[in-house]
Amino acid sequence: MSSGRVPLTLSVNAEEYEIELEPRRTLADALRDNCGLTGTHLGCEQGVCGACTVLIEGEPVRSCLMFAVQAQGCEIQTVEGLAPDADTLHPLQEAFSAHHGLQCGFCTPGFLMLAAGVLEMRPDIGDDELREVLSSNLCRCTGYQTIIDAVSSVRDAG
Amino acid sequence: MIGQSVPRLEDRPLLLGEGRFVADVTFPGTLHMRVVRSDVANGTIVEIDTSEAAEMDGVVAVFTGTDVVDLPLIDFRQIGYPDLIPHRQPVLAQGVVRYVGEPVAVVIAEDSYLAEDAAEMVFVDIATAEPETTEIMRLDSEYGQVDEAFANADHVISLELRIGRHTGVPMETRGLLAYPNPDTGVLELHGASKVPHYTHAAIASMLAIDPSLVVSREGHVGGGFGIRGELYPEDVVVAWAALRLDRPVKWIEDRREHLIAANHSRDQQHRIRAAVQVDGEIIAIDSEFWLDQGAYVRTHGATVPSLTAAMLPGPYVIPAYRSLGHICLSNKTPAGTYRAPGRYEATFVCERLIEAAARVTGLDSVAVRRRNLIPVSAMPFNRQLAALGTEIVLDSGDYPMLFDRLLNHIRIDELQQELAARRAAGEHVGLGLGLFVEKSGLGPYDDVRVTVREDGSVEVITGAASVGQGMETAIAQICADDLDMDYRDVEVVHGQTDRISRGMGAFASRVTVMAGSATRLGTDAIKDKARRIVADMVEANLDDVEYRNGRVGVRGQPDSQMSLAEIASASPDALAVDATFTSHHMTYPYGGHAAVVRVDIETGLVRIERYVVAYDVGRAINPMMINGQILGGAAQGIGGALLEEFHYDEMGNPLVTSFMDYLMPTAAETPNVEILVSEDAPSPLNPLGVKGAGEGGTNACGAALAAAIEEAIGQPGAITELPITPSRLRGLIAESSMVNKQEQDS
Repeated sequence: MSSGRVPLTLSVNAEEYEIELEPRRTLADALRDNCGLTGTHLGCEQGVCGACTVLIEGEPVRSCLMFAVQAQGCEIQTVEGLAPDADTLHPLQEAFSAHHGLQCGFCTPGFLMLAAGVLEMRPDIGDDELREVLSSNLCRCTGYQTIIDAVSSVRDAG
Repeated sequence: MIGQSVPRLEDRPLLLGEGRFVADVTFPGTLHMRVVRSDVANGTIVEIDTSEAAEMDGVVAVFTGTDVVDLPLIDFRQIGYPDLIPHRQPVLAQGVVRYVGEPVAVVIAEDSYLAEDAAEMVFVDIATAEPETTEIMRLDSEYGQVDEAFANADHVISLELRIGRHTGVPMETRGLLAYPNPDTGVLELHGASKVPHYTHAAIASMLAIDPSLVVSREGHVGGGFGIRGELYPEDVVVAWAALRLDRPVKWIEDRREHLIAANHSRDQQHRIRAAVQVDGEIIAIDSEFWLDQGAYVRTHGATVPSLTAAMLPGPYVIPAYRSLGHICLSNKTPAGTYRAPGRYEATFVCERLIEAAARVTGLDSVAVRRRNLIPVSAMPFNRQLAALGTEIVLDSGDYPMLFDRLLNHIRIDELQQELAARRAAGEHVGLGLGLFVEKSGLGPYDDVRVTVREDGSVEVITGAASVGQGMETAIAQICADDLDMDYRDVEVVHGQTDRISRGMGAFASRVTVMAGSATRLGTDAIKDKARRIVADMVEANLDDVEYRNGRVGVRGQPDSQMSLAEIASASPDALAVDATFTSHHMTYPYGGHAAVVRVDIETGLVRIERYVVAYDVGRAINPMMINGQILGGAAQGIGGALLEEFHYDEMGNPLVTSFMDYLMPTAAETPNVEILVSEDAPSPLNPLGVKGAGEGGTNACGAALAAAIEEAIGQPGAITELPITPSRLRGLIAESSMVNKQEQDS
């Protein structure tokens, strides 16, 4: 039943993680359990809620729907890599706090990574489309309005 | 400081991915538990074969009901009645299963994937029976002369209504890590939330160990909404197994388990009659309702039906009232509370009744509401009903004024004209209103320990809990306001049962009211103590020593002034106080919702064009966070009104087991909500004047949307059931066009 382990190198937030795991492990579990990066959360493990969203080669991806071995050789970015340094928050992190875009904070890493990826790819995304994109992830606390406000403010600040 | 929208103290670690949710916590040698659940809704266990699973590499233990036969059933935390006692749930099924998802065995393994593999190799043979529904208890309450009122009424109206089965669904699933700490000999419960003190005491009691040997360690909590943090069967098994194996045992459920095993809520049917006078006055209500409790009665006992009955009259006078609630057991997932429990249902029913009263009298529903609202002169208003062990006494409020404010905000006359014009032009648009009374601040007590440290920072230890709502910030603001200090220098400690001996936790919108008031009493005592210390030091008369701008000194003598840090340094440990706030009555915030919707009659899709919530919270500690509570609450209420519902097939199989089936609103379905927070009616029951803000955003969503939608489709009274899904709405539209067509044909 249990399969053998394979060695794997994951490149996360510009650091190399040499790990060994079963090929069936999801990327989310590898990030959390093997790399110790528990900021990536699991809300459904079915690809619906988006709490586990990370950036792979700059694009938002559900890390629960991908095997870790599939991410070999890719540049992965997680919430832990968002802030530029220990003293400075990323503009999205600042904006989420300023606009009260988080309450319990469980879905927050997924929304931050989704927004970071989208604004990187589409810095001028329109309001309707932004709302549509942010509807990819679920939040049960905020009612979304403050998340949309936070992301829009970062987009508007360019 | 009170009343300012300062940024939250909680945010930084959560934004950096440094949160400590239960799944993020681990200890060396942690074992992983997977629950084997019944896949049958009603049946008798013939055999459980664990042999194959137990032999698998990495499997440490497999436990079934026979291993835990000595553990008691899970008791009620609230509102237990003798009739309910036989229907409590065992921690693992004892010979029978009563719902799909009921824990029948657990597998404990070195790794979570292995535990899941092994759980699939546990073979459970169940002799299946048909699902059943049986009534187990009736709850009745009454005041006034109901029969006489009906006999003398100008009109009698009656409605049959239903509210679907939905629940909180926090984004973090349930989980617990029980760690027998070898250094301290104490069993640590990581992941206990909502009621950490209750949980630690209940688990100690169930496992028959000294409560001082169990400690709750609350970390970050991924949303509460009533459902998370109640004592569930799985929690007890985790703790029991950790002691039995003397190793850390961790259980993190998956989303399917969450949807079939964590508390459901709502699911009520109402048959209600009202006696109505020609002027719109409702002189009596006679209510009967049935609540589908699911398979067992869990920790909430009869909380939900008792609140339903007691809160149904809402903000209206209703001189005579009778309610008969039937608690029914079925073979569905057991039910408990979910944000605005009992009130979401009751407000839907009461406001449907208001609309019906308007139709029968030919009056506008606004006029009917005005006719029946409790006037400010009647406050405090004794409802002559009780719930949660307290009498319902509406403590303060100017209901008509808030209603007017809501109507003025939406410019109701212009809005109604505009909507009428759009309907005449072929659009399907409508406006709906819903008024409500909430409850908050359930006692009976909360304690704090306030300590000024030598650097002048302050620690507030509270027995309340965080469910992600921002309570640390609110408590810090209350503390900083009184002590004239920076709220960022206040550290709020919560959910740690070894730091404070008792605590009530976080539910019923109680934390700001109860723990906040205790904090205020605590900081007042700190100021008093600081004055005494300084008076002794400088040998001044106590009356001449004042606390001002965070400094203590003799009035008129600037040289004598000392900061709290200086006092704390000079008298180590002296600036520490314990304070208790006690309250035997709840405090009652109130408000109204207004919804404007557009219905696509081809698809049954409801678009919310405008949504307004007006809410009086007595006093707003942090308006930004109150808005956040209302926005989030409204999204959940809207989900329950339009989308969310648990369905079962005829054999009791759950048909809603993933986020593909349980449709929660996303950013695409959730409107921007306009919020009017008012502070017209501070509560006289606590030193801050606050009322809880957690549930008003949810309360009247079903009521307002139902009224808006039926106006949009031109079918007054047609909406009798929540959620108003596109398919239900399509059905109503199709029925009506069929009738219209027949009328035209004949």
